[in-house]
This record gives sequence, structure tokens and C-alpha cells, in this order.
Amino acid sequence: MATSTNRSKNAAKKGSSAKSAAERSTGTFAVKRGLAEMLKGGVIMDVVTPEHAKIAEDAGACAVMALERVPADIRRDGGVARMSDPGMIEGIQKVVSIPVMAKARIGHFVEAQILEALGVDFIDESEVLTPADEAHHIDKFGFAVPFVCGATNLGEALRRVSEGAAMIRSKGEAGTGNVVEAVRHLRSILGDIRKITQADSAELFQWAKTLQAPLPLVQEIAETGRFPVPIFCAGGLATPADAALAMQLGAEAVFVGSGIFKSDEPAKRAKAIVEATTHYRDAKRLAKVSRGLGAPMTGIGMDEVVVKYADRGW
Amino acid sequence: MGAVRVGVLALQGAFAAHAEVLEGLGAEVSEVRVPGDLARLSGLVMPGGESTTMSKLLVSSGLFVALGKRLSQGFPVFGTCAGMILLAARVLDGRPDQQSFAALDVTVRRNAYGRQVDSFEADLSVTGLNAPFPAVFIRAPLITELGGGVQVLARHEAQPVLVRQGSVMAASFHPELTGDGRLHELFLSEI
Repeated sequence: MATSTNRSKNAAKKGSSAKSAAERSTGTFAVKRGLAEMLKGGVIMDVVTPEHAKIAEDAGACAVMALERVPADIRRDGGVARMSDPGMIEGIQKVVSIPVMAKARIGHFVEAQILEALGVDFIDESEVLTPADEAHHIDKFGFAVPFVCGATNLGEALRRVSEGAAMIRSKGEAGTGNVVEAVRHLRSILGDIRKITQADSAELFQWAKTLQAPLPLVQEIAETGRFPVPIFCAGGLATPADAALAMQLGAEAVFVGSGIFKSDEPAKRAKAIVEATTHYRDAKRLAKVSRGLGAPMTGIGMDEVVVKYADRGW
Repeated sequence: MGAVRVGVLALQGAFAAHAEVLEGLGAEVSEVRVPGDLARLSGLVMPGGESTTMSKLLVSSGLFVALGKRLSQGFPVFGTCAGMILLAARVLDGRPDQQSFAALDVTVRRNAYGRQVDSFEADLSVTGLNAPFPAVFIRAPLITELGGGVQVLARHEAQPVLVRQGSVMAASFHPELTGDGRLHELFLSEI
């Protein structure tokens, strides 16, 4: 057990006195980012029922995203898409032991407060739901629960980090079964990070202006050679090969939404995508797990997409 | 003298963070995903992540058998969080099909500290270290029972959180997330 001396040293070192009598500091950025670290190399699966959640956990998902409709159905149904019914989220929390995530609308901090009260492990401030605020994202520093946000480029990703996001994901077109947009976002974000690591100190000012991102975060990338929080891939992934593509491009984990439960054999496909995400450089293994999975979700081309979700968020 | 060759189990979880700390200490680090990756390693770190996910991938990759064999021969291993669950002899609140190596004579309860909002940071007094160690507990497992041969190196609120039994070291928290390499150094010194 830590002694009182240890506590005071710690407080001095961190310049904080947040440590309670119970000697625990909860809701810190290290703790939020820490869960994102734990999800690396894994597959986070969209689920709409407790039965789906069990299938996902059985297949080896590292977390599930609880929502009322998968993006493909949200796209088909139209209308306003909102946070899921708390009862539905609780039903999923009851049946699985892996982390449970849930989505709040962009800028809808009250939906986020409700999700935090439910004890969800991660909140996705998601463009898949209809935005609640056309100018402001949620101030994520005000929450103990960590947030993940989507981004199409490095500037957007850094703006979300400056608001407190503990994880960034690409903003590929959810519900399309088409990986092309997620690939575009990953290439844009990771490509610009590589360029910044080569920039000199004067060029960093220009990068911050061009990206419309906070200078200190741009400087941090230049110094450390990496993005401040984990970067995952999301949007349109439908096959084991899609997951391995995202990983080889430099994503640190993948989200799979409609791709699993809109396919012919969800359990088999889910397991294959988990295997592919771990063994993403092993082409022989990828060939093995890609075999006999039944039909994937049909998917749609970008020219057929009516509402482009990636345009939501600022 | 060559660098120590250690592996990090890279099926899922925070393996990259461990690799970075170990490399910083001068070790030669490689990722372990299949049995062949265990060759010529002097020790292994089993990271945090989801123990249920890792358990499945251990079985499907053939590592469960291959690593189990090495562990029974005294292969040095350091398990953190989910890694500790995989090493434990008894797991409470796990999935019925969850496999563990039983290389460490403890009982652990998964997610015993609660959900993510209950995850926390705390400073620990560790046997053999002269300054407190900053620990990050993420949906952490709790050691509820200790076998006779298990040495406790650190406690938090009276509960054991860092233990050692022979060549097996295990922590319920994440020493790889704080940039403090002292526990990895301790592990490397025992190899």
C-alpha cells in the first residue's frame, strides 16, 4: 500500500492533488488512452442485440459497439439517427465481459452524459448518427469515460484530440461495405504524419495553419514521430482482407460495422476478421481464413451514396 | 555480450508499448504470433488487452500448446493485466471456454475493479525499488487468492498487484503505459 509520503511526492510530480483518500485517480487522460492501447490489434464489432454481442465475443472481438441499427440500416431507413435505448445497451452489457462502446451524436453532450451514467466503456461521437450541433463537438475533457472520434484527415484528427478524444478512427463510409473511403482517410492522416516528422521547426507553423490544428500537437508529432493517441480504421470494412489492408496501411485496430451482421455467416466471418487482424502480414494465413465465408454484405459504390457521413463533423 | 532477446506476445493488446520500453532498455525485441516466433527467445512479455480474445488466438495459432510447454520448462515470462489472467491457475468471471496456462498459482477475478470509468492511476511501493512506481489500472483483474510459493512485490489498498513465482512475474496494472521502465528492467535482470 502506498504511504502518505508516496502520495505527496506524486502530487508534487504531477502538479495535481486529485488523488483521493482511496489513493486512486480516475478519469485521467492516461487511463482513457490506456483503454485505447488495450484495444490495439483487435476488432471492435457493431452489435444490435445481446445475441449479436455473444456471437461477437465468441468470435474474439476485443470490444463491441452497441447500437440500435447497423449503419447499413440507418442508411436505408433515413430519418434522424440517435443514441440507442439505454435498456438495449444494458442488455448487451449484461451478456458480455469485453468492453462495451456506444455512440452519441456529434455535439450531443447530454447523450454522452447518459452513456457515461450507464457505464459504457468508450463513447463514439459518431457521424453515423445525425449531428446535434453544426459547429461544436463535445468537450470530451469534461468526462471520465474515454471518447473515440472519426477523422478524414490529420487536421480533423488533431482538432478532435484537442477536444479530448483518446482514440481516432477513420471515417470511412459506414454501411457501404466499401473500404475505399477508409483507405483514403488512413493514407491522408498517416501520410501527413510521415511528412511532419521530416519537417523543420519553421515548417511546423505552416503545417498547423494548413491543417487548422493546434501548433503544440503538430510539434508533438514532429518530436515523437507519432500521433498522440491510437489510430484505428473504421467504415466499410467487410472482409478479412479489408481488415489486413487497414492494418498494413498502419491502422492499429479495426472497427467492423455492418460488414459482419449483414453477411451470410456472421459468426464465421467475425472469427476470420479477428484472425486476419492479428496475422495481417501472413498472406498464407489470410488465404486460409478468407475461404468459404459465404456471401459478404452486398455493398454500394461511392457514386450511389446519397448521404456522405464523412462530411458530418467540423 | 549480445542484447537479451525477448518476445512480446503480439496477438492483441498493448504489445507495441511493451516492445518500446524493452527496446529502450537495450533488449532485442520481436513479436510473437505463431509457435515459430518463440525460437531463440530468452523470455516473453504477455501484454494487456482482452484475455478472451488472446485466449482464442493462442489456441488457433498453436501457441497455447507451444508456449505452455516452454512455460512448464521455466521460460521467464512477465504478464500484465490480461497477460496475468492468461498465466493464472484459476480465473473467476472468465468465459467458460477461456484457456489459461496455470503457470502462476493465483486466483484472479476479471474486471474486478469495475468498468472503464473505475479505471485509475495510483502510485505503488514496490519491493526492491526505492521510489514509488506509477501504475495504471485499466479494467483491472484482482488477485483474490495466492498460492504458497507466490511472492508479493507490491500491493494496492492491501490487495496484491505485483507478484512473482519462480521465473513468472505478473502485474494487474500496466507498467508499459507510464514510460517508467523499472519493472521491465527487473524482469530482464532475472533472465
